[in-house]
Order: sequence, then structure tokens, then C-alpha cells
Amino acid sequence: MSERGVVVAKPYERLSQEQVELVHQTSLDLLETPGILCYNEEAVALLEKAGATAKKTREGEHDAWWVSIPEKVVQKALDSAPTKVTLGARKPENQVVMDAEGSRVYFGTGSETNYWLEVEPETFVSKQDGREQVFPVTKKNRGSLEYLCRSAHLAEQLDNLDFFLRNVNVQDSDISGENKDVNVFFAALNYTTKPIVSGVADPEQLENVVAMAEIITGGREQLIKNPIVTFITSVIKSPLQIVDETADKLMAISKLGLPVIISTSPQGGSTAPIEEFGMAAQVNAETLAGIAINQLANPGAPVIYGAVPVRARMDDLHDMYGVPEFCHYNMICAQMARYYKVPCYSTAGVADAKVPGVQAAVEKMFTYTAVPSSAPDLIHYAFGLLDKTQTFCPEQAVLENHQIAMVKSLYRESGVEAGEAGRIKSMIEEVMNSPYRLYARFARKMLRRGEIFPGFPFEGDLEEEDQTLLAAHDKLKELEKQEPEHLSEDICKRIFEQIPGLLPRLNPYKK
Amino acid sequence: MLKEELIKRIVENVLQGRRNKDDEGIEEDYVGEPGVAELVQEALDNGIDTNTILLEALSKGMKQVGEKYETGEYFIPDMLTAAEAVEAGMKVMEPHLASAGESERKGKVIMATVEKDLHDIGKNLVSIMLKGAGFNVVDLGIDVPAARIAEAAEQEKADLVGLSALLNTTMVNMEDVVKELENKGLRDKVKVIIGGAPTSDDFAAEIGADGYGKDAFAAIRVAENLLQSGGKN
Ligand code: B12
Repeated sequence: MSERGVVVAKPYERLSQEQVELVHQTSLDLLETPGILCYNEEAVALLEKAGATAKKTREGEHDAWWVSIPEKVVQKALDSAPTKVTLGARKPENQVVMDAEGSRVYFGTGSETNYWLEVEPETFVSKQDGREQVFPVTKKNRGSLEYLCRSAHLAEQLDNLDFFLRNVNVQDSDISGENKDVNVFFAALNYTTKPIVSGVADPEQLENVVAMAEIITGGREQLIKNPIVTFITSVIKSPLQIVDETADKLMAISKLGLPVIISTSPQGGSTAPIEEFGMAAQVNAETLAGIAINQLANPGAPVIYGAVPVRARMDDLHDMYGVPEFCHYNMICAQMARYYKVPCYSTAGVADAKVPGVQAAVEKMFTYTAVPSSAPDLIHYAFGLLDKTQTFCPEQAVLENHQIAMVKSLYRESGVEAGEAGRIKSMIEEVMNSPYRLYARFARKMLRRGEIFPGFPFEGDLEEEDQTLLAAHDKLKELEKQEPEHLSEDICKRIFEQIPGLLPRLNPYKK
Repeated sequence: MLKEELIKRIVENVLQGRRNKDDEGIEEDYVGEPGVAELVQEALDNGIDTNTILLEALSKGMKQVGEKYETGEYFIPDMLTAAEAVEAGMKVMEPHLASAGESERKGKVIMATVEKDLHDIGKNLVSIMLKGAGFNVVDLGIDVPAARIAEAAEQEKADLVGLSALLNTTMVNMEDVVKELENKGLRDKVKVIIGGAPTSDDFAAEIGADGYGKDAFAAIRVAENLLQSGGKN
């Protein structure tokens, strides 16, 4: 059994059983009326064959179908969707083993940020007393392959990071729509031995990405057993629309039998109702529609309930993450997925703040504390995400590795057990009868076992300055010195020979 | 109802974001009361001219909404709903404006999200706000090929084309629209403005667009400036 992630002792249930069933029923009603607006003809055919009814219409420049999905189609999909799904990893001990009936939570990166923000220590001289002081300044650059490699390498080093979801958008001049996917997957696979998760930008590239993964695992069968790549498909456009090209990708991935995350990200207040009930009913219906298409394409294929409900910011309609509604939405979705016994992909960590600092810390700690309490299987958008998914900061990721450690410790079992009562009573009695009445000696064993949570590791020793970011920067530099665990020379050789589009500069063995 | 009273009630209903009698307002007990559409109709029936309705009722209401947004009393949902109420009033006035040679609208705008891009929250926000500001907007939707946008600009005799893109892979398709307009010999008649997170002033200049707007307010400003300086079709 995997030792990664954390088992949440008693998942928080925001809804009662009756409320869960009410959300479920409302979602089913929505899937019948108004139904979904599907832009993909093949998906419509699949749904129709299963018992849905469809009516053709025209939306702007595109053909579309209103599809009314009856309950039995949804139920059948839920029956065939597996309860246990594994995200494979180059190193088997890094596998993420999900069981929708359990409560183990795993943390990973996310998004596809356009920017990479780094911290640089800089010395300033005070105008008041001429004193020199070092402050962290930030530097922002466009995302690139080099930053993606550095991120994957950092992901390998951070002990609370369980899966690597490609986090920066590669915008190098030699990257195009056609070669992006193979290079992104190769960069990730070559710099971390943890599970890799990503979307595919170009459907034509799916085959090459899978071929690359097969070279690494030793063939199709081994890849199915240890799926070192997992795909995300943003197949829903809220409200209740199925995107044409992404539906093609979803069906293709489903047929391959590789794990796929059905992602839908409605924004409460713009593309979904802002109240919890309305949001939950809609986002749940959307996810169920995606699961139905996936299971109809290949019954029993591994699938993940990927609801990413967010809230709209009321002064500009951008996404907003560090707010209670966001947590409410996500806690409900975790409960719905558990009800369906389908593994859940959820969200926490990403901040609205543009830079590391007080706002980022408040927002991050808030969602990190709330969302995992409901024990979704995967938490993405963790580690270093700022500016509502637009920016990745590696120093921030280092800080969050510690925040997640705190969260993991928070939700562990309490240890209040009948078998322990005798020991507790005799310890207290012994201390009461000792000269100083101190419990210090009894803390030592737990301390050695690592059960006492350490202090904040980025505290610094100056009285009048916050040194957190500078300390995180030092830690980052230390982690970056670790040798990457690249793919073997032989594997790289075969990948570069067989997979078109790879940039030679990514080959670690190139002379 | 007196002329002043009617104008006042149109302004009030713009502030409440009520298109018609079935809409709720921000405050309670509005449902069933006439909304902007009914009130504008009544104003026209009472012989109030379109110019007065536009300037003293609809635009004035929208201006007050803008001020309330500035002071933090109103939010984007309030702005959008108010803009839709204005649009409902404009619809009622449409036949009367056409006879007056459309001169009272600020200009015709084609809006679209470019090819291969499905993002439209921002584009819709811009469309609705431009309508609320008095522009005549034809929204072509999402994933619209460059040729189709140019064709619509020609057919609709547009003064302005507004393009939206949210992906760094699709923003390049904006340049194709500029080229298509050039090919059709329309470029001197139609201004092009762009927006969306990955775009910028620099990028607009690079592809030969006339302007960039960072948000819906900027979109209105840029559109007004361009059409004032360049003149309408
Ligand atoms: C919501 C959203 C979606 C929704 C879209 C829903 C919808 N109805 O639009 C869905 C889920 C469908 C989606 C899909 C995808 N998305 Co998306 N999405 C977003 C998100 C979170 C918010 C965008 C938004 O609506 N913002 C709010 C509005 C109000 O702001 P705005 O669009 O910028 O518009 C304002 C201004 O820019 C300006 N403006 C906009 N247009 C115009 C036009 C003119 C003329 C003017 C003057 C001004 C103007 O005014 C607007 C109002 O103030 C962004 C993240 C982000 N922070 O931007 C990612 C983001 C844009 N998506 C991204 C990606 C990668 C995708 C996907 C490829 C898959 C995925 N990973 O999710 C698909 C692509 C689908 C496709 N082919 O287009 C990336 C893009 C990275 C890149 N390559 O550049 C982003 C940045 C997220 C990220 N960091 O990973 N997405």
C-alpha cells in the first residue's frame, strides 16, 4: 500500500445524506432538462445509442445537439467506473493509489502558468541610517521548457508533493502546436519519477505521447499496469456544454484504457450559479456527463471525477480562490464523488495574490486547511501557484511543501484509543509524584518518531525583519543542486529515435 | 405619466438592472412593475424623442451605474445587468433609430473570440458593456475563423472589430483577421481592437491592430476614442 499522501481521519461532511441525494437528483434532472449542449457528433451518437435523445441545433458557427440524458445512462456509467484508480510512476513506490472508498489525499501541482516568478535577494541601503539590508525582490519571466524541467526536478525533491501536473506553459520560440505535447511530457518524465499528469494540446500527438510512455514502461500492457502518464480533459464548457475537440481526446484516451480526469471548471456567479446548491447541482451534472461519455467509450476505463468549481470575483469576473465559497463548492464535490465511489480530483493552494507574501500565505493556508478535510483523492493547484493560476513561483512551492506537511499532520488520527488509557493514566500519576512534575521525558519518544511537528523551518534569526522568502530561496538553491534522476541513456536514445518532434536540447546524454 | 417621471423611472430601472416587467431588481418588490423596455415604449408613445430617451434616461442611468461601480457600491454583476437593461431599451427604440439613420448609436461593432479559442467570459463582458454604452454590437461567438469575421464586418458595414483570445496559441490568429480585412480592402474603414489576458498594447501594435483594452472599461474607452477620431462608417 502506498505510503504517500495522508489518510484523513474522519472526512468532513458538509452535506447530510439527504442533501447529497438531493444534489444528485437535481443533477440528474438537469441532465434530462435542459440536458447538455454537445458539440461532438460521435459523443452524441454514443449517448443516443445508450438511450439519450438528441436534437440538432446551430450555435454560432457550429453544429450542436441538445442531448437529454436519462438517469439509467448515468447510473450505468457510474456502475462501470472503477472505485480504485492508480496514477503510475517511474518509481513504483511513488505511485498514487486512489480508492474512492478510502480517505487518502494526495497533493500535486497544477495549471499551465504563463509566468515564472523567481525571488532574488538584493541589498538595499537605508536612506535613514545608511544600514545595509537584504530584501527579496521578484523577477517575472514567460514560461519555458527550461522552467518546466526545473519545476519537475523540484517536484521530485519536495517530499509532500505526490504528483506532477505540468505547471508552466512552455512558450519557447522552437515550440509549436505540433511539438509541444511530446516535449512537455518528455521534460516531465525525464526530471521526476513521480506520476505525470497533463492535458494534450494537439489530439494528433496523443499517439506519440503514449508511445513514449510505452518505451519507458516496456510496452502497452506494462503502461496500463503502471500508467506513468495521466491525462486531463477539459471536456466541459460551463454551463453544461461538451467541447467538440476535447470530446474526441476524451474518447481516444478512454479507449486506450489510460486514466483520465474529467475536468470542469464553472465559475460561480458567471458560468454557474453562485449559491452552493446551484453550483453543486450543475458542476456535478457536468462531471457525470463527462464520466458517461468516458464509460460509454470504454466501460470500466479508469476515470477521475474532476470538478474544479471556482468563484467569480465580483469586481472583474476573474476567478477567485482564497474565499469560503470556493472551499464550500469543493468540499461538496468531494462528498459527491465519494457517494459515487469514483476517485475525486479537487483543488486547493492556488492564491489570488500575485506575489509570495502575507496575502498568499493567508489564502493558501485557508484552502489547504478547508478542502483536504473533506478528503478528495487528489488536490491539484498546490505548490507555488499565484495570481489565480497565472504565475508559478518555485520559492513559494518550497514554502507550501511545509504548509502541506502541517495539513497532513492536522488530519491524522487522534490516538484516543481504549488500549492507550492505562498508559496515559500511569504517566500522569508518575509525573504528579515526581519532584518537578514535568512531562519532558515522555515527549522524547514521539519526538524521535517524528510525531511532534517541527517549527516553521524558514523563521530566520533577525529581530526586525521577515526572512521567510530569503530562507525559502536558500532552500530552493540547495534542492536544485540535487542530481536529477533522468531516464536511462538507452531509454532516451530510443525515445529520441522513435518519437518525432523532440528538441535535441532536452536530451541529457547529448554530447 | 409625466415626461420627467418617465425618464426618472427609466433611470431607476437601469440602476435596478430590469429589462422588463418580469425581471427582479436589486431591491425587493419590483417584479410585475414595468421595466426599461415597457417604460421606453411608453416614453415613445408619449412622443418623447429617441435622443432624449438615449441621453437623459439610458445613458444617464448607465453613467450612474458606472459611478456606483467606481465607489464600490456596485459590482460587475450589477454593471452587466444594467447594461442588459439598456440594451433592452435600445431594442425597443431600434425601429425609430433606423428611421433616424442610426445616427444615435455610437457605431457598429463585430465581436468575436478568434479561431480555436473557446474562452468567452471576458468577450461577453465586453460585448454587453459596449452595448450598454450605446454601441450596436454583433457578437459572432467563439472559435470564429478570420475569414468569417472579415465577411461579417463587410456585410454589417462595421466600424469596429473587437477580438478576444485567452491562449498564447490562439492570439496569433488575431493577425489573420487584420490581414483578411486588408485583403477585402476594408482596413481603412474598420478599426480593430483586441483583448484577452495574453495580449497587450505591444502585441496590438505588432499585428497592426488599432488598440488594446485591458478590461471592459478600457474597451469602451478605446472604442469611443477610435470611432471619434477615425469617424464612423
Ligand atoms: C474560465 C477559463 C476557462 C473556461 C472558459 C469558460 C468560458 N466560458 O470562457 C474553460 C474551462 C472552458 C477553459 C478551457 C481551456 N483553458 Co482556460 N481559462 C479560464 C480562466 C480560468 C479564466 C478566464 C476568464 O474567463 N477570465 C475572466 C475574464 C473576465 O477575463 P478575460 O477573459 O481576461 O477578459 C477581460 C480582459 O482580458 C478584456 N478582454 C477580453 N477580451 C477582450 C476583447 C477586446 C476587444 C477587448 C478590448 C478587451 C477584452 O476584458 C475582459 C473583461 O474585463 C483562465 C485563467 C486566467 N487567469 O485567465 C484560463 C486559461 C486562459 N486557460 C488556459 C488553458 C490552457 C485552457 C485549456 C487549453 C485547457 C485547460 N488547461 O483548461 C482549454 C482551452 C479551450 C480552448 N480551446 O479555448 C490557460 C491558458 C494558457 C495559455 N496557453 O495561454 C489559462 C491562462 C489557465 C492556466 N493558467 O492554465 N478555460
